[in-house]
Amino acid sequence: MSTAVLTINKGLSGGLNLRQKTILLISFMSLLLLTIVICSLFINERSLSTDFDSKNLAPSLKHPFGTDWMGRDMFIRTIEGLGLSIMIGAFASLISTLISVILGLFSSVGKIADSFVSWLVDLFLSIPHLLLIILISIGFGGGATGVIIGVALTHWPSLTRVVRAEIKQLKTQEYVHISRNFGKSRWWIATKHILPHLIPKFILGTILMFPHAILHEASITFLGFGLSPHEPAIGIILSESMKYLSAGYWWLAFFPGLSLLIVILAFDMIGENLGKLMNPKKAHD
Amino acid sequence: MEDIDRITTKKARNNEALLKVKDISLSFIQYTSGLRQTELKVISNLNLEAYSGEILAVVGSSGSGKSLLAHAILGILPSNARLYGSMEYNGQPLTQEKKEEIRGKEIALIPQSTNYLDPLMRISNQVIGNVNEKNKESIKKLQRYVFQKYNLKPEVDRMFPHELSGGMIRRVLVSTAVISSARLVIADEPTPGLDEKNLKETLSYFKDMANKGCAVILITHDIDAALKISDRIAIFYAGTILEEANIEDFANDGENLRHPYTRALWNALPQNKFKAIKGHQPMQDEIIEGCFFYERCSIKNELCSKGIPELKTINGGLVRCNNVS
Amino acid sequence: MKQRKLGYFIGKKILKLLCLLIVVCIASFWIVEQSPIDPVRAYIGEMSIQPEQKAKLEEYWGVNTPSHEKFMNWAGNILKGDFGISLIYRMPVTDVMKERFTASIILMASSWLMSGILGFILGIIAGMKNGTLVDKVIKTYCYILIAAPTFWLALIMLLVFSVYLGWFPIGLGIPIGTVADDVTFLDRIHHLILPTITLSLLGVASIAMFTREKLIEVMSSDYILFAKARGERGLGLIMRHGIRNVALPAITLQFLGFSELFGGAVLVEQVFSYPGIGQAAVAAGLRSDVPLLLGIVIVSTIFVFFGNLVADIIYEFIDPRIKQQEMTT
Repeated sequence: MSTAVLTINKGLSGGLNLRQKTILLISFMSLLLLTIVICSLFINERSLSTDFDSKNLAPSLKHPFGTDWMGRDMFIRTIEGLGLSIMIGAFASLISTLISVILGLFSSVGKIADSFVSWLVDLFLSIPHLLLIILISIGFGGGATGVIIGVALTHWPSLTRVVRAEIKQLKTQEYVHISRNFGKSRWWIATKHILPHLIPKFILGTILMFPHAILHEASITFLGFGLSPHEPAIGIILSESMKYLSAGYWWLAFFPGLSLLIVILAFDMIGENLGKLMNPKKAHD
Repeated sequence: MEDIDRITTKKARNNEALLKVKDISLSFIQYTSGLRQTELKVISNLNLEAYSGEILAVVGSSGSGKSLLAHAILGILPSNARLYGSMEYNGQPLTQEKKEEIRGKEIALIPQSTNYLDPLMRISNQVIGNVNEKNKESIKKLQRYVFQKYNLKPEVDRMFPHELSGGMIRRVLVSTAVISSARLVIADEPTPGLDEKNLKETLSYFKDMANKGCAVILITHDIDAALKISDRIAIFYAGTILEEANIEDFANDGENLRHPYTRALWNALPQNKFKAIKGHQPMQDEIIEGCFFYERCSIKNELCSKGIPELKTINGGLVRCNNVS
Repeated sequence: MKQRKLGYFIGKKILKLLCLLIVVCIASFWIVEQSPIDPVRAYIGEMSIQPEQKAKLEEYWGVNTPSHEKFMNWAGNILKGDFGISLIYRMPVTDVMKERFTASIILMASSWLMSGILGFILGIIAGMKNGTLVDKVIKTYCYILIAAPTFWLALIMLLVFSVYLGWFPIGLGIPIGTVADDVTFLDRIHHLILPTITLSLLGVASIAMFTREKLIEVMSSDYILFAKARGERGLGLIMRHGIRNVALPAITLQFLGFSELFGGAVLVEQVFSYPGIGQAAVAAGLRSDVPLLLGIVIVSTIFVFFGNLVADIIYEFIDPRIKQQEMTT
């Protein structure tokens, strides 16, 4: 008896199947993001030099995003800002994931630990997120460090919730019971049986956290917290552009924001499609 | 000869079958881990005939896809299902459009559990269904009358499904079919969880419907219940029907039964030899080249492993087996 | 019996709120206390000041008192309803919050309603037409809105409707140069429209996506299958069974979104210079107005808690399905 799992593979010629489309989309989006980060790293001081002869130019072939009041090329500024945002987002997501790993595993230790973790999650969710970031960044003395810490310390609750639920479900599994009956310690079970199952969740959770972290970072910078006006952050570019709105320099706001939107969309799409690959039940939509 | 005489003289059998299911197969397109697309076959080469005034029991073990047969007849399969083969209703082809047109009017389903009732709608509104305002009064009266008959008190009308007991739910579900005046009633597992008294009562509802001229298809895993009230029994196994036998064939040692599986099933009953059959049904994802019962059959030969046996009419019943004549 | 259960429930929730507030007060006070920010500096700003005045101020702000004593003073005053004096507005924090919060509530409530209704309708349409072009358009719209930076969308709205079309004022809740009392009702509305639309547009996405998914889930349920088997179909089927089963969860979600609504209001108010609580929070944060910031933290916590409370009440007392689940488990 052979299994009846007939893999239907239409191949490239007859249009891509869902699996191929999904993988292609993920690769393309990842490549896009990677390109932005790498490009931003290679932008040197010279390409951002001020040039008052060509200030406030509308978008053209030479300056696709136009130039600002100091004659700087907005495209280059945007790329650099995006790179910075992605890196801050990455750092913040990693820290937040780390916190959820620790809290998630800690919650599996016992009942008191579990209620403590859920209490902490509720506490963090009880204050509007943006306000919490402001509060924490002030606590850390404001500035870039304050903002980065504020963003990093506030994105773990939702992932921790997912992880807690997952752990609860895993704990009812047969093999966990058997290990317990064999006298393995709780910590042994947590790291040997529970953690491996959670790793895909963490990877997905981190990726899905990215867009939130980036958006919060940009918002908080836009409001004027943190990064100094000389940093090429997207939030700063946009808050600067507000001064020139009534002058009609629309490109200063339009393109950088649109680019940020595309980056966020790219992260969302990667996360969503990775999720589909891991959990095929959702693929029918 | 005697058998055939009896069948032809029987009440409704002089006319055509109300519902003919011809060689249908049903499969689902699914995505497995990593988004690989697969096709899972749940029903294959299934034939079935239901006659007015008769109860046809479709007997098979739980979770073997019997409910999907009912859903296929009503045309309410999920969007990732692929249905092959054809059906005929009252002499006309039963296409998806036709199904949508006549379901609820000519064909009624009696579902298996409270999950099939809208959790946020009061019982009476559900049973009445979506009718236009001017008919509402008369149908409401009919509903009250049917409820009265089934011993459902007036306060039940205004209750929500979760407030009802299992037995009450069963009666509510049956009354949806009764007030619909359908000619074909498909009851999906109506017996589980009922005590002896309720079981008898429920089964009597179906007998009533058949006596009024309905064709009733009773889908069940309970062969005892099927033997009590049905006129014919179809044996559902691994997504197909191995045999459709008349109730009279279930007698003595089952020597009138055509398929070795039916005979084995009959002999496994406590009141008979109480002798279980070895092995288990093939899984849905196993590909089987030959007869679905090949692995467990005691009279198999080489031919049986090659291709699904042809459907034969023997002694007024249908069977898929190479070794009967 | 139900009343008693509700009373018990509310009592429990009030207790929970009190605990939460105590913890939030301690935690946020502690965080701010860690900050190297000097309240006297923040108060003085650019003014020149005599050393003895400075010493007086330092005493008033308790620069040299230990943290726990400072906290007890502050908390004690809050219990009396005194949140202190705002450093930047030079008036009691309670007055600032009252004025600002009223303005914000109008903005938030109107966009909350608009986004809820619009989102629900879009979600129902998308779910109904699942897989079709209409669904794809709505889905794409929602994905883009979820990804769009709030403040950027506000900027674009401002650019299009105020700068180019000139339909709406560029900023400020009231026209410049008018005394607050002279502001007409129409003026207020005029200044409210654009921020409200922006904030609603953003809120639409999450509720529409949720409603869509929920409707698809409901439409694949057994009871819809049975309704179909009984000949119900199309719009009638969705009206009778779909909306009935989707509405409560959607309303619940809308109440759970108070936290995001507040965050959105902060950004939108900033762009449109709308004098609401969000703008005050940003100003307080930027200029280290600790009493005001702490006050806003407390008020917004209560605000979010209230949303969650309503959601809980719907969940526990209005939706009959919950009782069903309790019975089966």
